[in-house]
Amino acid sequence: MMSNGSTASGFWKRNQRQWAPWLFLAPGILMFLVYVILPIFQSIWISFEDWDGLGPKTWIGFGNYIELFQDEAFYTSLWNNILWLVLYLLAVPAGLAIALFLNQTVAGIRLYKSLFFFPFVISQVVVGLIFTWFYAPDFGLLSTLIKTLTGTEIAVLADERYVTYGIIAAGLWPQIAYCMILYLTGLNNINPEQIEAGRMDGARGFRLFWNIVLPQLRPATFIALVVTVIGALRSFDLVSVMTAGGPYGSSRVLSFYMYEQALSEYGYRMGYGAAIAVVLFVIMMVFISIFLVRMFRQERNS
Amino acid sequence: MFPTPVQKSGPLASAAYQIILPIALVIWLLPLLGVAVTSVRPSGDLAAGNYFGIPSSFAGVENYKAVFRDSPIGTYILNSFKITIPTVIGAVGLSCLAGFALAVYRFKGNLALFFLFVAGNFIPFQILMVPVRDLTLKLGLYDTVTGLVLFHVAFQTGFCTLFMRNFIKGLPFALIESARVEGVSEWRIFLHVVLPLMRPAIAALSVLIFTFVWNDYFWATVLVQGQSAMPVTAGLNSLNGQWVAAWHLVSAGSIVAALPPVLMFFLMQKHFIAGLTLGATKG
Repeated sequence: MMSNGSTASGFWKRNQRQWAPWLFLAPGILMFLVYVILPIFQSIWISFEDWDGLGPKTWIGFGNYIELFQDEAFYTSLWNNILWLVLYLLAVPAGLAIALFLNQTVAGIRLYKSLFFFPFVISQVVVGLIFTWFYAPDFGLLSTLIKTLTGTEIAVLADERYVTYGIIAAGLWPQIAYCMILYLTGLNNINPEQIEAGRMDGARGFRLFWNIVLPQLRPATFIALVVTVIGALRSFDLVSVMTAGGPYGSSRVLSFYMYEQALSEYGYRMGYGAAIAVVLFVIMMVFISIFLVRMFRQERNS
Repeated sequence: MFPTPVQKSGPLASAAYQIILPIALVIWLLPLLGVAVTSVRPSGDLAAGNYFGIPSSFAGVENYKAVFRDSPIGTYILNSFKITIPTVIGAVGLSCLAGFALAVYRFKGNLALFFLFVAGNFIPFQILMVPVRDLTLKLGLYDTVTGLVLFHVAFQTGFCTLFMRNFIKGLPFALIESARVEGVSEWRIFLHVVLPLMRPAIAALSVLIFTFVWNDYFWATVLVQGQSAMPVTAGLNSLNGQWVAAWHLVSAGSIVAALPPVLMFFLMQKHFIAGLTLGATKG
C-alpha cells in the first residue's frame, strides 16, 4: 500500500478507515465460519438424514427425532443431564464458601489459594482417573472409608444407583475450584468503605454478607453461573473416562450418547447422533440466550 | 475486608485458623495426594494390599522410567506440544487482529459480530462433531496434528476475540486518535501503537489457551485415531485400558500428563488468573 501508484494509494488513504476493520477481521471470521458457524447448520441438516458417514445420505425428515423420542437411552441421558445441571450448581455456593474461608491475610495464604485452585488446572481425564482410583472397590480410599464406617462395600462406579452422582462429584472438584477463584477476585475488589459503613450500622456476620457483600459479588456470581451451567451440559470427558456410560448405559449424558451413536463400536449413525446434538444444542440455547441478553444490555449501557 | 481478618479476632482465632488451613488443604487435595503417593509405590505394595500405608520403598524413579519405556507416552507428550503451541500462536494472533477491529472501529454489524464470537464459545461441541470430522477427512487431515490445530485455532478464536476486544476497549483511545492525526496508517497503528500495549492480554490468553488445549480430550478422540498424532489426554486414557490394575503406572502417567499445565500455571499464575477472572469484577 506504499507505492502502488498514486491513484491506488489515494483510494486506500481515503477509504482505509472503512476497509481496515474487515481486513483485520477476515482471517478470524473465515476460520470461525468454517469450523464453528457453518457446522451448526450442517448438523441440523444431517439430523434429518440417515447417514453412516461414508455412503450416500438419505433424507428421512423427522425420522431420527421420532426414533429419539421413543428411545429409552435418550431419556436416561436427558435425566442425567438434568441431574448434572442441578447438582453442578452446588459448585457456586461451595466455591464462594471456600473463597470466604481463604480470604485472609496470613503468611503463605497465596500458596494456599493456588493449591486450592489446583484441581482446575489438571485435565479432566486425569481427574477422572484420580476419582476412578478413589472410588475403586476393595482398595479405593472412599470405599475403604465407607466399609470401615458402615461395614458394607459400595462400588460407586459399578452401581446404577450411585454412578452418576459419583461422576458429578468428580466434576464438582475442579468446578468448585473455578468458582472459588472467581469469588476470590470478586472479594478482592469489594469496596471496603461500604463494608465499614455496614459495620457502623451494626450489620454483622450473615446480615452483612447477605445485604452488602453478596450484591457486590454479582458479576462474579454471574460468570460462575455461566461457566457452571455450560460445564454441566458439556460434561463428556469424565463420563467417557470413568464409566464409558456404564453400567448398562446408566451414566450416559446427551453429549456422550451422541458420540456413542455417531462414532463408536455401536455403529456410525451420523444422522441420529446429529439429532441428539441438536436437542442438546436447543437446551443450551435457552441458557445461552439468557446470558447473551444480559451481556448485550451491559454492552449497550457502557 | 470481608470476612473480618482473623488477626482482629484475637490470637486464639488466628492460631486456630493457621491449624485448620493445612488440614483443609490436605482433605481438599486428598485424591491427588493419593495418586502422587501411588506413583512412587513399588508394584509389590499393590499386590500385597498396601494401598494407603507408607510405601515400602521409594519406586518413583522405577515407575516413571517404566512409563516412558513401556508406553508411547513420550510421543503423546510431544504430540500435545505440537498441537498446543501452534494453536496458542494461531488463536492469539487471529484474535489480536479481530479484537482490534471490533474494539476500535465503528461499523454496521460490529456488535452482532462480537456476539457471534461470544455465542460460539458456549455451544456444545457435539453439534460441531459430525461436520468438523467430515471436513477434516475431506481435507486429508484426519489423524494428523494439523487437523486438530486448525479446529482448535478456529474454536479458541471466539473466546480470544472476546477477551482481546474488551482489553483493547480499556486502552486510552486518544493514543489511536493522535496517531491518526499524524497520518499513521491503520496497520501501523495496530502494529506500533496498540500491539505493544497488549502484552499482558497476550500473556494471559497464551497460558489459558495452552491449558485448555492441552487438556482437551473430546476433539482428540474425534479427529485422531492412531498413536502418531494422539495427544497425552487421549493417550493416557487408552493406556489406562491396557494397564489394568497397574495403578502405580496409571498414577505416574497421570502425573506426567498433568505436569505441563501445572507448571505453566505456577510460572504464570498472575496472568492465568487475570485471564480466567476477566469480567468477574465489573459489569
